[in-house]
Amino acid sequence: MRHRLQFTAKKLIRMALLLLGVSLTAFLLMDASPLDPLQTNVGQTALGSMSSEQIARLEEYWGANTPAAERYLGWLGSALRGDLGVSLLYRRPVPEVIGQRLANSLWLLVLAWALSGAAGLALGVLAGASRGRWPDRLVRGWCLLISSTPAFWLALLLLMVFAVWLKVLPVGLSVPIGAAAPTLAQRLRHALLPVLTLSITGAANIALHTREKVVDVLDSDYILFARARGEKHILRRHVLRNVALPAITLQFGSIGEIVGGSVVVEQVFSYPGLGQAAVAAGLGGDMPLLLGITVITAALVFGGNLVADLLYGVVDPRIRRGAARG
Amino acid sequence: MKPILTVENLSVSFTRYGRGLSRVELNPIRRLSLAVEPGQVAAVVGASGSGKSLLAHAIFYLLPRNARVSGTLLYDGVPLTRPLAESLRGRELALIPQGVTYLDPMMKVGPQLCRGQRDQASRLRCRQALGRYGLGPEVEELYPFQLSGGMARRVLIASAVAGEPRLVVADEPTPGLDLRAAGRVLGHFRELAGQGAGVLFITHDLNLALTVADKIVVLQNGQTVDEVPACALQKGEGLTHPYTRALWRAMPQNAFDPGEEVGGP
Repeated sequence: MRHRLQFTAKKLIRMALLLLGVSLTAFLLMDASPLDPLQTNVGQTALGSMSSEQIARLEEYWGANTPAAERYLGWLGSALRGDLGVSLLYRRPVPEVIGQRLANSLWLLVLAWALSGAAGLALGVLAGASRGRWPDRLVRGWCLLISSTPAFWLALLLLMVFAVWLKVLPVGLSVPIGAAAPTLAQRLRHALLPVLTLSITGAANIALHTREKVVDVLDSDYILFARARGEKHILRRHVLRNVALPAITLQFGSIGEIVGGSVVVEQVFSYPGLGQAAVAAGLGGDMPLLLGITVITAALVFGGNLVADLLYGVVDPRIRRGAARG
Repeated sequence: MKPILTVENLSVSFTRYGRGLSRVELNPIRRLSLAVEPGQVAAVVGASGSGKSLLAHAIFYLLPRNARVSGTLLYDGVPLTRPLAESLRGRELALIPQGVTYLDPMMKVGPQLCRGQRDQASRLRCRQALGRYGLGPEVEELYPFQLSGGMARRVLIASAVAGEPRLVVADEPTPGLDLRAAGRVLGHFRELAGQGAGVLFITHDLNLALTVADKIVVLQNGQTVDEVPACALQKGEGLTHPYTRALWRAMPQNAFDPGEEVGGP
């Protein structure tokens, strides 16, 4: 029990440091950006027709004249008190914007995460178990091809095939235009292509890693001995059991990739999710929103890895019984 | 008596890719011959790297895919083909491997010994097999990492007698054990032979082999160079092959001197 508490405390401290670092990095990058928030959001012509008084008010709103250190510390201070600020672009509190966008994206992220994990594991085990034969070559070839394909290009390809040529799926957006109360089926239809893009890219990575692990396990002494004792169902009894641990790491580690991938994919499909909001905040100089999104997604990714660590203790008898003893 | 296992002119070779595209032919076992009779402990003695483990894996058809095997294997007088070996594994053919790494780290000892069979009879047989080597039912609930070295060794031996073995192949089952513990393990082999099984005991330790074996097969560079009764080796009488003579002289009680025949230490 004490062991678990120590473990959790250590993780929490690490998480705090990580979030601090991530927010600072995001801030510094944004600060170094050559984009002038006024010119981007108000426009050159509009600025030209404004009085200097109006411009000064706008500059103050976008924080153009405040020193960088003061702005970051100000944000950090209120963030620590639980106030993430107000989005400059949307003129609404940052948590509200993120909450709404996340609710949209969550569909996408969870579906893509589950699908890529399941498909990746299945393909990896298939390839590993048939090492050197044609299913292995096929899976490996496919995965290498997909791994070297940019996600946005794949997204455009799917868009062209399914939305433009075949006309079976919508081109973009999360619900049909003008739908006041979209049905579940409508939402799923709109999420399908982005989910497919994210899953195909995610699965390739997971499949390649799983295959390597399956090959390692099949080469191990205990598989040799299991075969020497005439065991049946070696794949199910021994291989899957021993591949479970790395599979958990991969699955929860892939949260980061899915979230990162969603930024690009949502942009291609004009899907109004968190990723798209992040792009808008970054290009529009909306510092509070960008920092908010960065911190929330970093916490999500960290949380995923933490869950993986905790699941280890449940799945691996060496950790479970070892910790119980000590 | 008719041998339970006969190995005639067994050769195992591998092709590996060396530097660049050059291919290297490895020949760890060349023209190896031996025979094991029921009730007999035959020890195969050879230095490390003389292809001893490969012999065990060849008998079970567990060699890696890139291995090429030639020669004859006879089991109870009939050719030991891959399908026959696969049907006999775990029943009449038993392998006793080197150590705890041969047990699945993620599975409890009990289910592992039962090979997935959950019926009452199989479970009873596993329990009896463990009991025979002084391991109580509580051991079934342990994971391999919780076993001590000696316990792991006994679990591995128990896994062999959970079937009804007619041929037991023990591949270096004693490294890391002290003399007394090793003696106990070897006692178990004698016992299995006493029940009519043929035991092939693969080791690098001639002294240990002499304490348990009926006959000694001497390997050098993957080749059978000599086959002598254990009693002859014990006394050092009637040893005709120079390598066997050198081995005998190299034993501690016989002056530790490998002699000039093998070209010094």
